[in-house]
Amino acid sequence: MNNKMKHEGLWVTLFAAVSLAWLFPIFLVVINSFKQKTSISLETFSLPIGRAFVGFDNYARGIEQTDMISSFGWTVVVTVGAVFLILLCTSMCAWWIVRVNNVVAKSMYLMFLLNMIVPFQMVMFPLSKIADTLGLNTPWGLWVIYLGFGAGLSVFMFTGIIKSLPQEIEEAAMIDGASVPRTFFGIVLPMMKPSLVSVAILQTMWIWNDFLLPYLTLDLRKYKTMSIAVQYLKGGYGSVDMGALMGCLVLAIIPVIVFYVLCQKYIVQGITAGAVKG
Amino acid sequence: MISMTGKSIRRWWVLFTLPTCAAFFIGFIAPFIIGVYLSFTSFTTVTDSQWVGLKNFQQAITDPEFMHALWLTVLFTVVTTVFTNIAAFFIAYMFTRAMHGANLFRSVFFLPNLIGGIVLGYIWQLLLNGVLSHWNRSITFSGVYGFWGMVMLVCWQQIGYMMVIYIAGLQTMPSDVLEAAQVDGASSRQTLFSIIIPLMMPSITVCTFLTITGGFKMFDQNLALTNGAPSNTSEMLALNIYRTFYGRIGFEGVGQAKAVVFFLIVATIAIVQNRLTTRKEVAA
Repeated sequence: MNNKMKHEGLWVTLFAAVSLAWLFPIFLVVINSFKQKTSISLETFSLPIGRAFVGFDNYARGIEQTDMISSFGWTVVVTVGAVFLILLCTSMCAWWIVRVNNVVAKSMYLMFLLNMIVPFQMVMFPLSKIADTLGLNTPWGLWVIYLGFGAGLSVFMFTGIIKSLPQEIEEAAMIDGASVPRTFFGIVLPMMKPSLVSVAILQTMWIWNDFLLPYLTLDLRKYKTMSIAVQYLKGGYGSVDMGALMGCLVLAIIPVIVFYVLCQKYIVQGITAGAVKG
Repeated sequence: MISMTGKSIRRWWVLFTLPTCAAFFIGFIAPFIIGVYLSFTSFTTVTDSQWVGLKNFQQAITDPEFMHALWLTVLFTVVTTVFTNIAAFFIAYMFTRAMHGANLFRSVFFLPNLIGGIVLGYIWQLLLNGVLSHWNRSITFSGVYGFWGMVMLVCWQQIGYMMVIYIAGLQTMPSDVLEAAQVDGASSRQTLFSIIIPLMMPSITVCTFLTITGGFKMFDQNLALTNGAPSNTSEMLALNIYRTFYGRIGFEGVGQAKAVVFFLIVATIAIVQNRLTTRKEVAA
């Protein structure tokens, strides 16, 4: 629908102004990250000039107090590993469910649907105890937990896509003597590529920013994700070092913006695919 | 009926289903069942639980803070759902028409979605406290301040996401129907209300569903922005449940009962939503 607009100039100006306002909260954190501790809370809206300007001191203190660099590393390890495992395992499982389609497959599918509507608070206490008992309180243990708790949406999206794939191609391959795993990895998986990207994006957005699940399951003396590190800095005892907090907030936003610039097209595609009716 | 290939695939269940199902059992099925069981018991760890029947549920629904959190959450969800969807639909509607800079604006509106709830909470705490300091107040001055602070934060965060879904819906709208309306001389208002909105019902229901469940489940932003202050008046359901578990010793059972109630509410919304979606859809 490319119908013409009345008063286009007016609307463009309006949206330009609203877009600037939209970015203002982020901009405010960035300017405050260069300001002295006291002027952050007293003169929040002033620019970092004159005596208030402290250069990168806040970043240095923030990194030192929260160990932000290693938190960044652990967040990458958790997210990349968990997303990879989810893509691999749930796509295989979804294919099995669609193609076998017996009572077992159907009841498995129903279980995955149930998973999609259960809020995390329902399972948080038993899950954190199970994770402790089984030694899953490490970043690689979290891969398993995310695969388990996040399986519902992925299986649901993959089964939807697999149902639309032509089964004849798989049958032809198997008649020609391809084994079942070879058929899946050589023929089915390549055809699923767009949905793999969509699921990867949705899961990355969830796992990267997730707070409560890693907070309750990880061994926090050894491993923290970035959200946990920020919460530790602010939620700890004593007075809060606002300067360090601002530095950490900016450090937490930078990877997200890099990700956004690199994958914008796929993010839009992923969200649209994820908005299929439940 | 099972095809020949289906039979040979079925034999490979160990490789194809076992990894997911094992993780699913550990990460979901087992904690879910234990969770339901624990809601009927009194416990401090999973192993020392003692059956108390419905006592936890009785305590949960007579807890004034829980009921306050429940009503606050309902109110919050209604306000954010209405506002987010109207704003997102309007923005999407404008951006799908030929407008200069629409792509750039779209990217800007979407950006807040990618940032985590904890970080968003502290960003808005800085902004709102900065504004309110002119009157020597802060976001934790009263529950009302916290409530509207969270509304602003969540709308700011969600509008871009819903906008993307609405844009996708508007772009797949059949152009012949719109052309027919134009030929018949329909005004743009008539086209919007009699053609576009009815045809957009699938997107509208999906977005309403996402904003409603998002509102109910909101936790991180609440924790970071106000942490329930002052005296739990800005505390929403998810945070109330969390604090019943980890803030009050001896109330773990009540916390789990609240979580079951919470689950039942969210599940009911999801099922009702699903019914409505399949009924309201209009074929083009």
